[in-house]
Amino acid sequence: MIMNKVFNRIESITGNVITVRAQGVRYNELAQITTRFGKSLAQVNKIDGDIVSLQVFAGGQGVSTGDEVRFLGREMRVSFSEDLLGRIFNGSGEPRDKGPVLTENMKPIGGPSVNPTRRILANRMMRTNIPMIDMFNTLVVSQKLPIFSISGEPYNRLLARIALQAEADVIVLGGMGLKYDDFLFFKEELSNGGALSKTVMFIHTASDPTVECMMIPDMALATAEQFALQNKDVLVLLTDMTNFADAMKEIAITQEQVPSNRGYPGDLYSQLASRYEKAVDFADSGSVTVLAVTTMPGDDVTHPVPDNTGYITEGQYYLKGGRIEPFGSLSRLKQNVNGKTRKDHRALMDAMIRLYSSYKETLEKKNMGFAMTRWDEKLLKYGQLFENGLMDLSVNLSLEEALDLGWKILADCFEKDETGIKSDLTEEFWPVK
Amino acid sequence: MTENKGKVVSINGNLVSVRFEGNVSMNEICYVNVDDTKLKSEVIRIRGDIAQIQVYEMTGGIKCGDDVDFTGEMLSAQLGPGLLGQIYDGLQNPLPVLAEQAGWFLERGIYADGLDTEKKWEFTPTAKIGDTLRAGEYFGTVPEGSFTHKIFVPFNLLGSYTVRSIADKGEYTVNETVAVLADERGREIPVSMSFRWPVKRAVNCYSERLAPVETMETKVRLIDSFFPVAKGGTYCTPGPFGAGKTVLQHTTSKYADVDIVIIAACGERAGEVVETLTEFPELKDPRTGRSLMERTIIICNTSSMPVASREASVYTSVTLAEYYRQMGLNVLLLADSTSRWAQALREMSGRLEEIPGEEAFPAYLESYIAAFYERAGCVLLPDGSKGSVTIGGTVSPAGGNFEEPVTQATLKVVGAFHGLSRERSDARKYPAIDPLISWSKYKTVTDSEKSEYCRNILLHGDEIGSMMKVVGEEGTSLEDYIIYLKSEMLDSVYLQQNSFDPVDANCSTARQRYVTDKLINVLGSDYALGGKDEARSFFNRMRQKFIDWNYAEFESEAFAKAEAEIDVMYADGQGKLSRKAELLLKDGE
Repeated sequence: MIMNKVFNRIESITGNVITVRAQGVRYNELAQITTRFGKSLAQVNKIDGDIVSLQVFAGGQGVSTGDEVRFLGREMRVSFSEDLLGRIFNGSGEPRDKGPVLTENMKPIGGPSVNPTRRILANRMMRTNIPMIDMFNTLVVSQKLPIFSISGEPYNRLLARIALQAEADVIVLGGMGLKYDDFLFFKEELSNGGALSKTVMFIHTASDPTVECMMIPDMALATAEQFALQNKDVLVLLTDMTNFADAMKEIAITQEQVPSNRGYPGDLYSQLASRYEKAVDFADSGSVTVLAVTTMPGDDVTHPVPDNTGYITEGQYYLKGGRIEPFGSLSRLKQNVNGKTRKDHRALMDAMIRLYSSYKETLEKKNMGFAMTRWDEKLLKYGQLFENGLMDLSVNLSLEEALDLGWKILADCFEKDETGIKSDLTEEFWPVK
Repeated sequence: MTENKGKVVSINGNLVSVRFEGNVSMNEICYVNVDDTKLKSEVIRIRGDIAQIQVYEMTGGIKCGDDVDFTGEMLSAQLGPGLLGQIYDGLQNPLPVLAEQAGWFLERGIYADGLDTEKKWEFTPTAKIGDTLRAGEYFGTVPEGSFTHKIFVPFNLLGSYTVRSIADKGEYTVNETVAVLADERGREIPVSMSFRWPVKRAVNCYSERLAPVETMETKVRLIDSFFPVAKGGTYCTPGPFGAGKTVLQHTTSKYADVDIVIIAACGERAGEVVETLTEFPELKDPRTGRSLMERTIIICNTSSMPVASREASVYTSVTLAEYYRQMGLNVLLLADSTSRWAQALREMSGRLEEIPGEEAFPAYLESYIAAFYERAGCVLLPDGSKGSVTIGGTVSPAGGNFEEPVTQATLKVVGAFHGLSRERSDARKYPAIDPLISWSKYKTVTDSEKSEYCRNILLHGDEIGSMMKVVGEEGTSLEDYIIYLKSEMLDSVYLQQNSFDPVDANCSTARQRYVTDKLINVLGSDYALGGKDEARSFFNRMRQKFIDWNYAEFESEAFAKAEAEIDVMYADGQGKLSRKAELLLKDGE
């Protein structure tokens, strides 16, 4: 049924939400509103009798009570085809680049969740050539992981590197509240790295209207899901989910919803979960893997956004001081894959982390002015080599190269029996000097 | 099905208001007609001629004026043979059947029967014509896996009934009439092997409720020896994310000494359910040798499935648990996580614009949580047998802070508290149950005095440990230092357990008793140790011996050998049993 009813009387305007008197309107339906600044989409988010509330994608600014509202009789959708690759869109699905508007094969966004009995156990490694990920907290196909970070950290640089290096057929990048510079950075980095042709971008910048911010994850994930059903391994990169949560908070407060925790709506967990749970490995088709930056206000992991996220995701990467921290980070699914990579992988990973933790203790002792023993000196050397060789974000090594480098660092610093690694492994892998 | 109808007048998220005619009852099920689909919903508030309903599906596309059909029935579960081994959503739709009908996704408006209506079951009558029966008494049995599934007089029939006719031994489907009962006035009621029961009402067809006294073995040493759970009891496991709540429940579901396990995955990750689904059919039930799946029912309403049916899922699962209890079985219900259920209540409460309580949870949160846990219990059944429902719920407190409303409301009503701590899980200690804050009101599998003795070592050791952080090792006396080492050893060889190792993960009661005595022997002795270095190395080696011992099959040759090595070390250290420990060990005999 096509409804193209037009209304010329807006009853109220509060923030980004307007109400009109209309009948026969469907919940979640889209409308188009024509204001002095042009056309904008709006979505029905509440119906009370004939009072229909809509959130206006372009925001309430400049909307007049006499503006025209035309109901479109359909929900938000996104066009899906191979033509998406290399393209950039905004939160309304309009091109941000100079390419044509895509209107064919429209697919609904925010669709139903996958039947759990149709999922399969995550068991394939996704290589990123970043040693702190591949070697220490392996990313697994269909995993959902946040990158917990703090404003000012190079999380977008990290995402760009992952986009360039990850072993994925398609990359979908969703930007929420991105600084314009960061948007340009992504565009340039991906095009220089030659990854633009396998990337679709949905970008909302900080100056764009709030409502569009809320649409980005659904658009990105719906697109990813379609590619996955075409037997593609898709990696979805989202930045920054805290902005998404803040956009939800803003709309909820505008609509006078009772806030639950620090002003966030009571359904924050469900809202985040319904996005993250789109990560899936389809039994005989492709997959969706999700990496999402979540900045923690005040580096506080108990803030509602990172806290709820932690309960949803399968571990987290913790980016601090320009590095992926080995201690705060955890990939819960790594044991599904790291037993099948190379036989020294697990033992070497454990030993190197254990020694790195000893290095940290020694460093503390040194800073407090204690005398350094010979063992302490060894640890200090090891810590330096480890940080420069494996932790630096610019390092681009395959897992096997990283493992070999790990052995070399150990051999440069320690004797075999000081590493605590089983002797049959040291016999086989210890580099000959 | 009544002919009662209504029309949609407002929509806000999954809360829809309906103007109705005639009578509507609270918690009645109704269907909203959208295009060609019917969306299942439940009445949650009635004001004048407006009923507010929560829709169990996504509400996009609904418009004012859409028709609503009321059914006159409350949300109910279908009970009968064939529940075991199933994977249901929160409304008891079998997920594999939905997958056959709808494919990859859980399309809205598709529902399926909870029980297979085609399958034939071998019915054996146990009642004769003329027998008098009441609700909850049985008149026949069918074999279901390794269980004898009793066929009951439906729980909702009030008063007593005379058997007018009963089917012969033979094969019947769940919906075929197998008996005709007559009530006190002679009205005849045909009954089949299955019936429906409203999930939000507790089944009460038992003679009396008994105190939970028998300990339920979980095979987790820290739980069974220190913070035990009784059959028919309740316990909760709160902990921050990543502390291992789900892993702990997963191992409990494998090894717990009960007949049936019901796993309610309520608002958690789908991936974890997939793990259970992949793993369980392959694993063997250590008690029967059959597939673990045959004693398991999974109710899964994962985090991205609609919120309203998440609320229903905990009730559906406890109803199935009560049904199997009625057969004289011990049932364990594991709910992961009750916080997600509480959040579902909060979301609905917010939409209903109720006055919010603490952290915006509704004011009735506490009474709802209490009512849920009170459905656990050990009962005496009409035929004289006993059955139990044990409920274990995880709690996911915001920010890992146990002061929040859901944890506090839960602590008021449960019999045991297993608090997981971030420190223990960060230190990779499994299970991460913090022995200093946890408690239990139930009986330990070992001996309460011995368990107290061990806990005292832990408490004392912890005090010394905190002191040592300030004054350093140098400032601690050798005597204190040894107590500290003993508590560390107790922690790593007894409290911690390797859930990946089939022997260590499954530590029987007999073994726990045996090892506890050995430990008290070792920890309750004084040694000839010259200094701290010597003490540290002695207890390190002793610890290693005990850990090796843990991996040896109980009462095997390797077990005896590892034990002998401990004895040799003990003799080397010139261990001398203290008076207190000696008395303790003697008492136990």
